[in-house]
Amino acid sequence: MSAATVSSAPVKALPGEGRIGLRANLRHIGALVRRNALQIKQDPESMFDALLMPIVFSLLFVYVFGGAVAQGDRSAYVNYFIPGMMAMGGLNIAMSVGTGVNDDFNKGVMDRFRTMPIARSSVLIAKLIVETGRMLVSTVVLLVMGFIMGFDLKTGPVELLAAVALALFFGSSLTWIFMLLGLSLKTPQAVQGLGFLVIMPLQFGSSIFAPTATMPGWLQSFTKYNPLSQLADGARALTSGHGAVAHPVTMVVIWALAITVVTAPLAVAKFRNKT
Amino acid sequence: MTRYEHTTSGGNAVEVRGLVKHFGDTKAVDGVDLTVPEGTVLGVLGPNGAGKTTLVRCLSTLLVPDAGTAMVAGYDVVRQPRQLRRTIGLTGQYASVDEKLSGWENLYMIGRLLDLPRKDARARADAMLERFSLTDAAKRAARTYSGGMRRRLDLAASMIGQPAVLYLDEPTTGLDPRTRNEVWDEVKRMVSEGSTVLLTTQYMEEAEQLADDLTVIDQGKVIAEGRVNELKAKVGGRTLQIRPTDPEELHRMVGAIAQAGLDGVGGATADVEEGLVNVPIISDEQLTAVIGLLGERGFAISGIDTHLPSLDEVFLAITGQKTSIAETHDALEEVAA
Repeated sequence: MSAATVSSAPVKALPGEGRIGLRANLRHIGALVRRNALQIKQDPESMFDALLMPIVFSLLFVYVFGGAVAQGDRSAYVNYFIPGMMAMGGLNIAMSVGTGVNDDFNKGVMDRFRTMPIARSSVLIAKLIVETGRMLVSTVVLLVMGFIMGFDLKTGPVELLAAVALALFFGSSLTWIFMLLGLSLKTPQAVQGLGFLVIMPLQFGSSIFAPTATMPGWLQSFTKYNPLSQLADGARALTSGHGAVAHPVTMVVIWALAITVVTAPLAVAKFRNKT
Repeated sequence: MTRYEHTTSGGNAVEVRGLVKHFGDTKAVDGVDLTVPEGTVLGVLGPNGAGKTTLVRCLSTLLVPDAGTAMVAGYDVVRQPRQLRRTIGLTGQYASVDEKLSGWENLYMIGRLLDLPRKDARARADAMLERFSLTDAAKRAARTYSGGMRRRLDLAASMIGQPAVLYLDEPTTGLDPRTRNEVWDEVKRMVSEGSTVLLTTQYMEEAEQLADDLTVIDQGKVIAEGRVNELKAKVGGRTLQIRPTDPEELHRMVGAIAQAGLDGVGGATADVEEGLVNVPIISDEQLTAVIGLLGERGFAISGIDTHLPSLDEVFLAITGQKTSIAETHDALEEVAA
């Protein structure tokens, strides 16, 4: 017992010693990406939301609300809605990551990863890569739906790819937020509850589904700064050739970088110190 | 693979001094000292909630201790966690494999995470599945495995990196006796190949089967330590078991021992089912006296044996308390009665 009282106070790990090199780090991330991809293969239902959500939302919004919103001009609404929906897809998948992470990270296999000579961030980065892949699949489904419903790409494939890349980049930053939430909250239900509370006003208080011109002033000032509006507007400008491209795109990039810079280290720290 | 180049003084694989870990007011680990010489098995024995798992989590860098020092394979758990992780393997109470992946994919992934080239990782995964008798189940998702298979896969995963020190945190909790024996056989094999093992258990029989040395902990403190046999001897008292050639003589033998009234020899009892007479004794002299008496009286004896007390009894003798398992058992019996 006396030994305990004379012993040293907790010390931090020595910096630099035994660091994981970049090549090793990439190899570890590769092995963990494979793990996440195999999980999807074992459990194909986990792709349902990525595949079905764009189909269901497209049908619902274009055929139920579209005519009314665009005053009868449904094809105009398709052109409005599809780029907006790109912003929505990332949000949706990011939220499912939050609940998945909570479940996954409470499993014994995470203890194994955390006792192995790998950078602990590689577990999260691998997850991020696979989820961004899911977002890409979801976006492709959305575009196929869009073209079937008469989406008219007025620019070219380069602009379309730029719009997709922008949406994925922003979506990946949202994934960090939800990984942080998933690691911080105790149950998947809590993540889902809090997620909805944040997501609902953000997705509907935006220009994703409808132009903001008829909204009251206070709401318009909210939508104006809502990054989802900026993403939707940016994607719209890129695919329609109308409206400013530089401003919304710059804003989205700034938002995505800011979110990542703040939440990624917090999420990694949470994972590192999880007991 | 990395074996430790610089061992601690005296070739100890694990040296823990005054380790403390508190969770709020709960002193989960409260000043633990322990030493595991290289190539030996230390059993950490204690009831549920004694702090065994917290101890293992501190030693495997999952928790940062509040005070004290711990060196594993020559590395400080707090200051050199990255190096330390190269030398340890952990099999937890809850299977630490990915349930959605097949057995082979689990092992291949771990090989890759341990920086094995693809070819080597594949070969190692195959070899490990073979060794742990899982080849037939190699392609199935781990969630379809039985409890014993899962635990074997877990051990295989821990062994891929050929760790210098292996932690087994209650490796057979929740397994049926047959599966438990399978796991024991595997652990014995690893030890025979030179692994150093720190094993936590709440089963006395498990410690007896696997451990060289024993540290008994309760409420975060070490309450006894020593060789398994030393600890049992410390508690004192043995049972002398005598097998008469003619089972019909059991009761006559018991009567003869009782009549003689040998000093310090307790009441003999007959175990009809096993065909044995059990005599509690304390010293070797008493053993000689009992056997001598039976010889004088002309009893034919076909076998004798002495048994040390069970570790349950050891725990009771050391702490003056029953283990939580025994307590639960007693409580259940009271309810039943």
